[in-house]
Amino acid sequence: MSVNEQPVIVDVNHVSMRFNLATEKTETLKETLVKRLQGKLTFNEFYALKDVSFQVRKGEAVALIGRNGSGKSTMLKVVAGVMYPSQGGCTVSGSIAPMIELGAGFDMDLTARENIYLNGAVLGHDREYMDQHFENIVEFSELRDFIDVPVKNFSSGMVTRLGFAIATEVTADLLVVDEVLAVGDFMFQLKCLDRLNRMLANGTTLLFVSHSSEQVRKLCSRAIWLDHGVKRGDGPVDEVCTEYEEAMRRGEQ
Amino acid sequence: MDNAAKQPKNSQYKVMMTHFVQYMPLVRELVGRDLKVKYRRSFLGYVWSVLNPLLMMIVQTIIFSYMFRTDIPNYPLYLICGNTLFTFFNESANMGLTSIIYNAPLIKKVYIPKYIFPLSRVVSSFVTMSFSLAAVVLVMLLTRSPIYWTILLFWIPLLFLLLFCCGIALTLAALTVYFRDIQHLFSVITLGWMYATPIFYPIEQLPDFAQTLMKFNPMYHYINFFRNLVMHGNIPGPNTWIACIFSSLVMLCLGLWVFRKLQRNFILYV
Repeated sequence: MSVNEQPVIVDVNHVSMRFNLATEKTETLKETLVKRLQGKLTFNEFYALKDVSFQVRKGEAVALIGRNGSGKSTMLKVVAGVMYPSQGGCTVSGSIAPMIELGAGFDMDLTARENIYLNGAVLGHDREYMDQHFENIVEFSELRDFIDVPVKNFSSGMVTRLGFAIATEVTADLLVVDEVLAVGDFMFQLKCLDRLNRMLANGTTLLFVSHSSEQVRKLCSRAIWLDHGVKRGDGPVDEVCTEYEEAMRRGEQ
Repeated sequence: MDNAAKQPKNSQYKVMMTHFVQYMPLVRELVGRDLKVKYRRSFLGYVWSVLNPLLMMIVQTIIFSYMFRTDIPNYPLYLICGNTLFTFFNESANMGLTSIIYNAPLIKKVYIPKYIFPLSRVVSSFVTMSFSLAAVVLVMLLTRSPIYWTILLFWIPLLFLLLFCCGIALTLAALTVYFRDIQHLFSVITLGWMYATPIFYPIEQLPDFAQTLMKFNPMYHYINFFRNLVMHGNIPGPNTWIACIFSSLVMLCLGLWVFRKLQRNFILYV
């Protein structure tokens, strides 16, 4: 069955994301009242995403590429349901495993063991489910000797390893990954890529942000190029990546 | 505009319910974390939940019965009943207030129904209060106060209070995201509220107009309800029931409404 016959997992429909860059940010009640009365409550509007549409079908591995500040992370956050788009809509059918930042939601005072359960619950899994997967997570993260040590004593690489192990232990329909493979040593990166590849082989859909062209080409089949919040390219990974790299080399802003 | 709004109301509620069930384990984990972190590294640990109200009661009994002379029968029990309930209210309101801004890192990165945070804070305060009820029983035994069957109904006013606190916590959590001043303002309000509630004085001591005003203080009704069951062995009349049910439901609905209204833009402000 070709990809085009697979059901649509992510449907991004004319999404715009507007931020109000307040010229004078109000954080207090008094300030807001005073400024509103004076009519001074003005904003600079800033569009992080402008009318972006695309669909991702089941089993596809799609990369979002683009320069810093081009709206890649915002797009991922909209897909993950963390942000509501100002205009347009985004529907995701199926479960999402967000990896926007690994270890988000770790409590530094708790031990690795306690954090595995806490983080599992953050991703929507109950204790029983986590019990079943506990061994695998410990095994993959290579942290068996540190399992009862508070996470605040971990190095950043250890935290990332633990976060990655928890996030990928689940079987989700959609994996949303934002630049999380940049950390960790070489061997662990290989292990992570290997795991992502295996998940893809099992039919998981991947939405991937990375600045490493090499990783993108290795992992994804399709790329979407965002430029200042606008979709500028969408197609086979090699074509779009080459186009993007050439544009950058021409010194385009 | 957006997809959630397009869906018929019915399925929206269905999604809300499935989320609620799916994220119950998270409430459990968050409550467990709160309790663990609270007593981590303290030698007596959970014993403090019992010891703390007892010590507070002893201090206040000494101050008020020797300095101000009150003629309330079984003053220690009177005090600890009021204190236990008000402490729960105070703790859950203040912890709920910061629940969204403290969990900002998480809210920015993972989708979680956001009401989970204030809710879990209220539940952890409730659990702490349940430990403190042991102190109430202890005082009853030590003061040899009569034990009535009505004490078995103690959970009714606590349930009303729980709903009330959920409403307060949701409202404050949502408003604090936009106006951080509330943190500082509310600590003054709770102090005033505490003095305005008959915790260590009898309501009869107040002038008439203040007694009338007291009818509008929900905390008075919950505490009064609780004391009636525990100390006097009678079930309060319909007025107290109506006041309790009405205030807790109104507060809860207000909280849910405010929270729902404001939660979409939390991420832009936290």
